[in-house]
Amino acid sequence: MSQPTVPPVDSGPPVASPPAKPDASTPEPRWHGVMREIVGGSAMISVLAVVLAMLAGGILIALTDDKVSAAAGYFFARPGDLVKAVWDSVSGAYTALFQGAVYNFRRPGFIAGIKPLTETLTFATPLIAAGLGVGLAFRVGLFNIGGRGQMLIAAACAGWVSWSFELPYGLHLILAVAAGIIGGALWGGIVGLLKARTGAHEVIVTIMLNFVALYLISFMLKTPGLLQAPGSNNPKTPAALPTAVFPDLLGPQFNLHWGFIFVIAATVYVWYLLNRSNLGFQFRAVGENPNAARVAGISVNKMYIYAMLFSGGLVGLAGVAQVLGTVTTGFSSGIDAGIGFDAITVALLGRSKPWGIFFAGILFGAFKAGGFAMQASEGIPIDIVVVIQSLIVLFIAAPPLVRAVFRLPKPSGISLRRPRTSTAAVTK
Amino acid sequence: MNAERPIVDENVSRTELKTAVADAPLQHNHPDSLPPALETTVVKSWKAPIAFGIFSIIAILLFVVFGREGTSGFRLSTDSDFFQIPTIQAPTRATGIVLTVLLVALAAYSAFLVSRSRPVRLWVTVVFAVLFLVGFLTWASAGATIPVPGLLVGAVGLSVPLVFGALGGVISERVGVVNVAIEGQLLAGAFVSAIVASVTGQPVLGLLSAMAAGVLVSFVLAAFSIKYFVDQVIVGVVLNVLVTGLTSFLYSQVLSKNTELLNNSGTIRLPRLPIPGLSEIPILGPVLFRQTIIVYILYIAVAVVFFALFKTRWGLRLRAVGEHPQAADTVGINVARTRFWNVSLAGAIAGLGGAYFTMGSVGSFNKEMTAGAGFIALAAVIFGRWDPIRATLAALLFGFASNLQSVLSIIGSPVPSEFMLMLPYLVTIFAVAGVVGRVRGPAASGKPYIKS
Repeated sequence: MSQPTVPPVDSGPPVASPPAKPDASTPEPRWHGVMREIVGGSAMISVLAVVLAMLAGGILIALTDDKVSAAAGYFFARPGDLVKAVWDSVSGAYTALFQGAVYNFRRPGFIAGIKPLTETLTFATPLIAAGLGVGLAFRVGLFNIGGRGQMLIAAACAGWVSWSFELPYGLHLILAVAAGIIGGALWGGIVGLLKARTGAHEVIVTIMLNFVALYLISFMLKTPGLLQAPGSNNPKTPAALPTAVFPDLLGPQFNLHWGFIFVIAATVYVWYLLNRSNLGFQFRAVGENPNAARVAGISVNKMYIYAMLFSGGLVGLAGVAQVLGTVTTGFSSGIDAGIGFDAITVALLGRSKPWGIFFAGILFGAFKAGGFAMQASEGIPIDIVVVIQSLIVLFIAAPPLVRAVFRLPKPSGISLRRPRTSTAAVTK
Repeated sequence: MNAERPIVDENVSRTELKTAVADAPLQHNHPDSLPPALETTVVKSWKAPIAFGIFSIIAILLFVVFGREGTSGFRLSTDSDFFQIPTIQAPTRATGIVLTVLLVALAAYSAFLVSRSRPVRLWVTVVFAVLFLVGFLTWASAGATIPVPGLLVGAVGLSVPLVFGALGGVISERVGVVNVAIEGQLLAGAFVSAIVASVTGQPVLGLLSAMAAGVLVSFVLAAFSIKYFVDQVIVGVVLNVLVTGLTSFLYSQVLSKNTELLNNSGTIRLPRLPIPGLSEIPILGPVLFRQTIIVYILYIAVAVVFFALFKTRWGLRLRAVGEHPQAADTVGINVARTRFWNVSLAGAIAGLGGAYFTMGSVGSFNKEMTAGAGFIALAAVIFGRWDPIRATLAALLFGFASNLQSVLSIIGSPVPSEFMLMLPYLVTIFAVAGVVGRVRGPAASGKPYIKS
């Protein structure tokens, strides 16, 4: 939509969100809305933001390329060389990115060619789960920076169940997943409880709990009998038993595992929770305006606790997907792989809406998968992907900027509303 | 506005208004819509006595029941000092018992105060904390000697960027823009100052460029949040990611290929400048007055920011814009411009803190070398309740706690090092939940101002 602000809040009546009982709106104006949306609104803006960010990334790649700077040295003698060098470096990088993320034409056969796409979905799995957790907290007006801690605790819980018990197939997996989700939910729930009971600022508490979890897990990893693999001196856990590992989704030639199905289910569930359930309505009410929510009889404190439990549980699912799906041979304290922080950008890009987060997660998964391929084949550091990702979010957050760059018309009929600040939570 | 102004009061949530603000930390649109009768309602808060009680029990268990035998040493001077103070030797268990008795007495005193509906003053908390700390140090160093100046010097070193970041955060939030981008400002300052100082060989240029880099990050934050009304927290978070990605990319692509010219620790690192006379004061001298120029700038910066914020017209305008932009606009203050330039100033200060990473301590730039310091600084801002002095103290506390761990692991502490590392963060959670409690920042912080 055109309001220039605030992804976290489900703002107004955007088409992107499932129609929340549009009162007495006839089909015609709605259709107009869709048209306007496509031309000047968020869908177009999102695409253009991606284009702009890729453009900026390309400039950065070209500027730091050795051949380009060499060709720039004799620019006036043979300007064509510079153009060619720039084209080679940028197109080479983005081709490698595409081939690493979607389809590799260089490999023979469809199975080998499509493998990058399954890699993308594998990378996307924990990103979506954690993004859903962060996004859900955003909707309640809470800022959950504690993804790292919640993932570590969840990974430890799920991992411990996965190698400590010998249970039949299916049951073992479900128990391990449940243990991880509960672990993450409790770690997140501490934050909600402290906030509700004592008013402790959730930003501080989540940051601090990240460190506490990190050191707790590091301690357990080097203490025999807790998480350390028996007979080893390395701070690494034993491997998960095969009964507790997510089965391959598309056969053994791909890394994609059943965690992805769990994540789809989680997306549907969060959509139902937020848009259709009583609890979700209270969540959103608190996120929009806690004072009004309290006046309406909603227990704001209880909502904070529930929201952090759900948020932690979803982030926990990301930790579970890591230890039972991606790294099943034992893990160390780096198992979170920065996903807890990436999840914040995923949630922002997805505007804190479940399906938005789902696709944002896949996009970022594609960047991650492609980034590794690009690093390997073109020697471009994967950090460029981080730059592009953050630029995308930045551009999407400011539609007027993108419109100004591409000289798009301002969508008519939409007034500049006073933006709401759900995440004003940070200041308090 | 009401009894909860963050500037003055000591124990915000202690007495009045507790019920009134209990659930309203998010919105402060209508602070004066609270019924006036509530302001006189006296609600006793037992948080402080309970917290003291818990720590007293820990003290009894640790220092008395599981007390360790032997003597604990505290070395108070370094070899190069002019005045040599003999090392203090204290019998571990006896000292522990004495301190525990004092701690219990303080806890009882605070309980007495609360039962009489009187506020527990800050000094009680400070004395309690110091006594507990001394007790803990005594217990942990049984049979060994703690180099006190070394402990404090390291603490100051770790605190410097945190203090700069916290000052930047205080200014920015006081003017009404949430500054989550402190991490990005620190990192940008570290990166740019390393390159400039290395290439030019001029430390002054390095420091100036660090400030410029911080300002640049601030410009983006200000432009997006003030001109385009993007949610400030989002811009901040994204800026952190952007700066991290950008500096890491350039480091791998450019810096690491040409370390000699671009990232040369020989030319980057600043020399220590002992201040004649002052640097010979026992304990304080080595800690405070044998530092690099950045640290001396820090002393001035803290004092200037505090004075300017509360005693000058500039500070009054700044705070007015952060508390009630509409009112400020009505009396003719340009809200957008005030916010823009003060956020830039905040970026300059934070950028200077970033220069400490490269020019003040390590000597060369490394990927993600700030390692979350910006977030700790943000925590210090909130912990210090948006007050420059308190935020500085909070930052010093964080620095001290992380250095304490490394000192104790060197002398061989009985606690696993992970738990020592965890300690500052646990203490912070405890403090935020128990002592600071519901804090209220500048009312309009985080809210864009759209002139109607």
